[in-house]
Order: sequence, then structure tokens, then C-alpha cells
Amino acid sequence: MNAFAQLFSQYDIPGAFLVNIELTLWSALFSTILGVMLLLMRISPISSLRRIARGYVELFKNMPLTIIMVFMVLGVYAQLKLSFSTTFATNFFWLAITGLSLYTAAFVCESLRSGINTVPIGQAEAARALGLNFWQAATQVILPQAIRGSVAPLGNTFIALLKNSTVAAAASVATETSTMMSEMIEYHADLIVPIFLTFAFGYVILIIPFGALTTYLSNKLAVRR
Amino acid sequence: MSEQQEQQAAKIADPQGQDTHPLVELTHVEKHFGHLHVLKDINLAVNKGEVLVVVGPSGSGKSTMCRTINRLETIDSGDIRIDGKPLPQEGKELAALRAEVGMVFQSFNLFANKTILENVTLAPIKVRHMPKDEAENLAMDLLARVGVDSQAEKMPAQLSGGQQQRVAIARALAMKPKVMLFDEPTSALDPEMVNEVLDVMTELAHEGMTMICVTHEMGFARNVADRVVFMADGKILESGTPDEFFEHPKTDRAKDFLSKILTH
Repeated sequence: MNAFAQLFSQYDIPGAFLVNIELTLWSALFSTILGVMLLLMRISPISSLRRIARGYVELFKNMPLTIIMVFMVLGVYAQLKLSFSTTFATNFFWLAITGLSLYTAAFVCESLRSGINTVPIGQAEAARALGLNFWQAATQVILPQAIRGSVAPLGNTFIALLKNSTVAAAASVATETSTMMSEMIEYHADLIVPIFLTFAFGYVILIIPFGALTTYLSNKLAVRR
Repeated sequence: MSEQQEQQAAKIADPQGQDTHPLVELTHVEKHFGHLHVLKDINLAVNKGEVLVVVGPSGSGKSTMCRTINRLETIDSGDIRIDGKPLPQEGKELAALRAEVGMVFQSFNLFANKTILENVTLAPIKVRHMPKDEAENLAMDLLARVGVDSQAEKMPAQLSGGQQQRVAIARALAMKPKVMLFDEPTSALDPEMVNEVLDVMTELAHEGMTMICVTHEMGFARNVADRVVFMADGKILESGTPDEFFEHPKTDRAKDFLSKILTH
């Protein structure tokens, strides 16, 4: 117990978790926006848009996140000279969010697409038969049902996002949990087990309520047919 | 002949000044599903106010034909005209045409995320840009006509099949369509709910709505249809008044079909 007390007094562990939560929330927001756009492209009647969205999803879904994060720093920032802020920490924070969002958007798109598959084809046919255009049918009828049908896969995507936010270390976000953990191990090699337990259970405690919420919502919001 | 003369000639031929062209016209329509030839040289004309009932065995292409009329199925060749205008390709014009053609499906297809009232008001508001209160008044009138106005605030899944199908008819009527397509509207219903839907359709027919109904309800075909079309294997084999078709079928295929369904 002393070991834990020592670690918590010496390091701002809740603060580090907070950084991961912030990374997750921003990335969840942006990846949802991008993911919905990708989905609309994927189900649109225009074949070139469908191909672009499909190519994006295949590329980012199959690329390791670490490579994307390292590319954000070495490629986007160091080579292409694109930066969000002159303050180093802020810049890397937003580069990490960009990388996480680009990556997660592919999974958001796929989760929503699995939701689309729960919407019977007749719903779209009825909307079209009434004279609604693609956009109206998508926003009024298909997406509202698809989102409700994809709560469970979306929840899993965001759980994975929270855990993936630790890869922000690869984008030089110095204050988040996995960076802090490496640092702790370096200075407290004798406390490796308490250190692991602290972070492992930290994430479990964060994620269990979120998983429960997902299950609750997916039952509550299920479309009755 | 000048345009004026043409119009005069048309007036002489049709003293009420009605359009002389059929409201729905299919000429030499062909369609394949892969190797399956589902529609073979379909020629059909439906006049304004006419109630056409399409009967035939399963897989004869009658549903597919019905769905080609608002382009839910595309055709390989031939020509489909609604009110004299050829069916447009995808896009705005097609949406505008679909707004003029009401469709009722076998599986109702009420929007599961919207209330009964919203199901009926959605298209008038979004497509016709009707003010919300006007659309709601219209919807309540139509729902009252089909006898489900007391259910307006419920979700589709809370209604019986018969009620859902009546709402689907009201939803199509809210667009004030020129023609209504019914694609086996009672086939998914429990037997005791078939009549409540057929009653609404009969009433609609008596009000002068142009209707194309694909159905297995022979009683409806006999009593309400102006004309019965018999389809088998993708072809129209017979077309005539209900009396002609039911009492004096010409083809062996039709005789066989009728003997199978009318002996019980």
C-alpha cells in the first residue's frame, strides 16, 4: 500500500489519465464527424465518392496506429512543417488528436455501416418512393436508425480509442499515461508491479462504466420493428 | 397538322377534354436478373381512373413490373411513360416523378424511427415544402379516412399489420399522387386484417383513383378491378374485364392458375 501512496504522491496520476480522456473526447468528436461523412460517401449514389471513402477506410483500418502517430510528428510536422501551435506540448497534443481521429474515423465508418445493414432495404425504398432525395432519405430515415443499430460497435470503437490514446506517446505527448508509466518504471524499478496495477486498473475502472452504458443504450435505443 | 388543330382533334376524340394518352404506359419493356428473363416484352396502358389488378403465379414478374413503374427496378430496354413523360434517370427529376406515384409495399415499410403522424407528414414537408401545421392537418384527415387517427402518436411497431398498412396508404396519399401502386399489399397480413386494408383500397377505387394492384385477392380483383391482367413467366398472357378473365379465360396457363386457386 505504501508503494501506491508513494507513486500517487510523487506523480500526478489522475492528471495523466485526464490527458488521455481529453485526447479521447476530442478524437471521438472529430472521428465521428469524419466517420459520418465517410459513411455518407460510402452509401451515396455517386460511385467516385464511394470509391474514395472505401479507399480511405481500407487504408486507415489496416495501417498500424503507431505508424500514423509517428508520421504525424515526423512527416506532417517535421517534414511538411504543418503545426497547430508554437507551443510544443499543445502542438503535439493536437497532432496526436489528428492522428487518432483519422485512424478512428475508419472504424466509426465501419461501425455505422454495420448499423446500416440492420436497416431493412424497404425503409430506403419507401423513402425514395415518396420522392425524398438521397440526403433527405439518409438524414431522416436511414442514419437515425443506423446509429441506433450501431451503438454497440460504436461503443467498442470508442473503448478502443481510449486505450489507443496511450499511443499518443509516439506523437510525443509527454503528459499522458503510457509516457508517465515508462518514466515511473525508469526511476522506480522496484515498484514495477504496483506501477502496472495502477495503470491497468485505472483503465479498467474507466472503461467498465462506459461498456455498461453502451449495453444499456444499445438496448434502450434499439429500433422496434 | 398545327398544334392548335391537333388540340381540336383531341377535343373531338375526347369531348371531356381529358388527356388522350394513358396515365401509365409500358411499351416493349424487358428486364433480366442475371440469366433470368423476368419481364418479356411487357406492353401495358393504364388510363386515368382505371383500376388495374395484376394476378399470376409467384415469380411471374408481376411485382417486378409494378416496381419498374417508379424505377425501384431499372429496365434493360423498352419505354415507360407516366402521364406522357418518359421515366427520368436518377436525380431530381426522378424524385419529382416518384412524388407523383404513390407506392404501397407488401412489408408496409413505415419509417421505424418516426411516429405514425410523422410518417405521413415527412414527405409533404420535405418534398412539397408544406408548412408543418398544414401537413399535420392533412395527415390527420387521411389517418381518419383510413381509420387510424387515434394511433397518430404511436410508433409503427405498436400497431397491428393491418393498421400499419392503412397508415402506409395514408402516407402515399398525402403526396396527392396521380397513380397508386400496390405491391401485394395484403400478402404479409394475418387473414383477419386483410379486409380492413381491402376496404380502404375499394373506397379509394370508388373515389376514382388510378390504381395498379398486384395481389392474390381474387375477390378484390373480381369486384373492384376495371381490368385484370394475368402474368406468367414474365409475360402478360391475358388482359380483360374481371368477367372475361374469371369466367372465360383464354389461355391454358390462366385456366390452370384459376383452377388451382378457385377450387377451395
